[in-house]
Amino acid sequence: MEEKKLLEIKNLVIQYEVNKVIVEAVNGLDLEVGEGECVGLVGETGAGKTTTALSIMGLIPDPPGRIVSGSIKYQGEELIGAKEKRMRQIRGREISMIFQDPMTSLNPVLKVGDQIMEVILLHEKLSKADATRKAQEMLEMVGIPANRYEEYPHQFSGGMKQRVMIACALACNPHLLIADEPTTALDVTIQAQVLELIAGLKENFNTAMLLITHDLGVVAEVCDRVAVMYAGSIVERGTIRDVYKNTLHPYTEGLFGSLPNLDEDTDRLKPIAGMMPDPSDLPKGCAFSPRCPKATDRCREERPQAAEATPGHFVACFHAAGED
Amino acid sequence: MSIFRKKNAKKGPMAEVWRKLKKNKWAMVSLFIIIFLILVALFAPLLCPYDYALQDYEHVLEVPSWAHPFGTDNFGRDIFSRVIFGSRYTVLIGFGCITVSAVVGIALGLIAGYYKKLDGLIMRSIDIVIGMPAMTLLMCLIAVMGISLRNMCIALCITHIPSFARVTRAQVLTLKNQEFIEASVALGANKKRIMLKHILPNALAPNIIEYSLGAGGVVLWSASLSFIGMGVQSPTPEWGLLISEGRQYLRTAPHMAIIPGLTIILLTFVLNYLGDGLRDAMDPRLNK
Repeated sequence: MEEKKLLEIKNLVIQYEVNKVIVEAVNGLDLEVGEGECVGLVGETGAGKTTTALSIMGLIPDPPGRIVSGSIKYQGEELIGAKEKRMRQIRGREISMIFQDPMTSLNPVLKVGDQIMEVILLHEKLSKADATRKAQEMLEMVGIPANRYEEYPHQFSGGMKQRVMIACALACNPHLLIADEPTTALDVTIQAQVLELIAGLKENFNTAMLLITHDLGVVAEVCDRVAVMYAGSIVERGTIRDVYKNTLHPYTEGLFGSLPNLDEDTDRLKPIAGMMPDPSDLPKGCAFSPRCPKATDRCREERPQAAEATPGHFVACFHAAGED
Repeated sequence: MSIFRKKNAKKGPMAEVWRKLKKNKWAMVSLFIIIFLILVALFAPLLCPYDYALQDYEHVLEVPSWAHPFGTDNFGRDIFSRVIFGSRYTVLIGFGCITVSAVVGIALGLIAGYYKKLDGLIMRSIDIVIGMPAMTLLMCLIAVMGISLRNMCIALCITHIPSFARVTRAQVLTLKNQEFIEASVALGANKKRIMLKHILPNALAPNIIEYSLGAGGVVLWSASLSFIGMGVQSPTPEWGLLISEGRQYLRTAPHMAIIPGLTIILLTFVLNYLGDGLRDAMDPRLNK
């Protein structure tokens, strides 16, 4: 904990109000990303991963979304309530984001090279010629020949579009890259290539990364630390080794249980019983208690707080901390 | 491979539309006629064999001949010269008014679609314009402002703004929720840039169709207004006015009304044909 934190999220609460129904998308989320570190944020669809990412960028659609409380500190600077002008400086220059679907993330009527150049021109005082040269370098860096600068997105495959997006996001050498399921829309072989590319660039630029995914395998491959998210809060976070080898939270256990294992011969996988709770009607106690095999009366009544089980390994469960 | 790449390089979505439009024979013919008519309008003084206002009482109401290809009117004026000079008014009013309408309409549509607060105000104002029959509105506006060429153009511009504003707003509403817009916000683009660089170019395609069809409409309306005496005034040779002047001699010298009438039909027809061609070229469902 002695190293300086690049990004520090504390007790973040975000709600959406739709037709007078309040949807608790994120409840009391704590997350830290260190300088040059890669953190995986894992969770089911609807756990609030993307909402968290958008809140860091200051892009929560308001209305209906609202940041109720909490703080997001980037290099010690509070981002919640920051001026729009300051946020624009941060976006792309300090914190960049890659979106889920590369097919729709590029403007269809602009040349791909110009889209990279645009980001550079927005943030750096360069002449057009210099920016063009830099954009071409970025294209080469993500493995696309610079002579395709003049082409349009429809002439690119999905994997190449995602590479272009990565080039856009990294064009100004940001300190933090938020990748929101960057490989979900791609097929498996391309996924591997894109991940390798991201991991490689991260090394080169010393960029910290928040990788949002629901693929535990991907996390194990690229991340240093992992945070498991369930119904808007982090249930377990720690180093890859801690979480994968010394799993403490029943939900994380459930996630691993529902993955096929190459070494063991299992006839049936063990899925987690039940469904994600409705975020507009969360249970009173632990959000996972209705599906948890270990749930007790206390779990149903009281919300467990994250506690440090071993140094750096936090878990929000009454059973994990030996308080049974 | 390199040849293939060169061939494909620099091909934007508009190049694709142009490629498809080129295959459409009638749309291309229409396009050439339109360009020809615009050139005629621009170089009218050089093309007229006679002064369009020159009266020659020895050759009154003559049928077309070599000396007067379209004949002469009741004052002995050369109709060919009058039609050529009249193209200045009809063709230029057509394109001029529709261009102004397009610029204003697209700007209003962009603002209405992008800024929710102004949406109601702008679109309701536009509904007022749409709510009235076009001819009534045109006549009311001209009656209030006074009959003149300038006022007719202003009225025509106002009546053609709504279609552009509506089409653009609908485009903006679907575009602004697209992921690439969110992506460019996430990379630090400001609102002005998003509107002008990311939304506007994507919203233009249907407006091009609207432009071509609208130009045909303006030509018809301006001719109609001139015909009923609320537009261009005699002796200016506007096509609609030429028909109006020829009306009295329809039985003795039908060419006086028929020839300008045919030119109006030709211009409106080719504009509509081009508009249809553009629509087909831009329709992704007709992709081959």
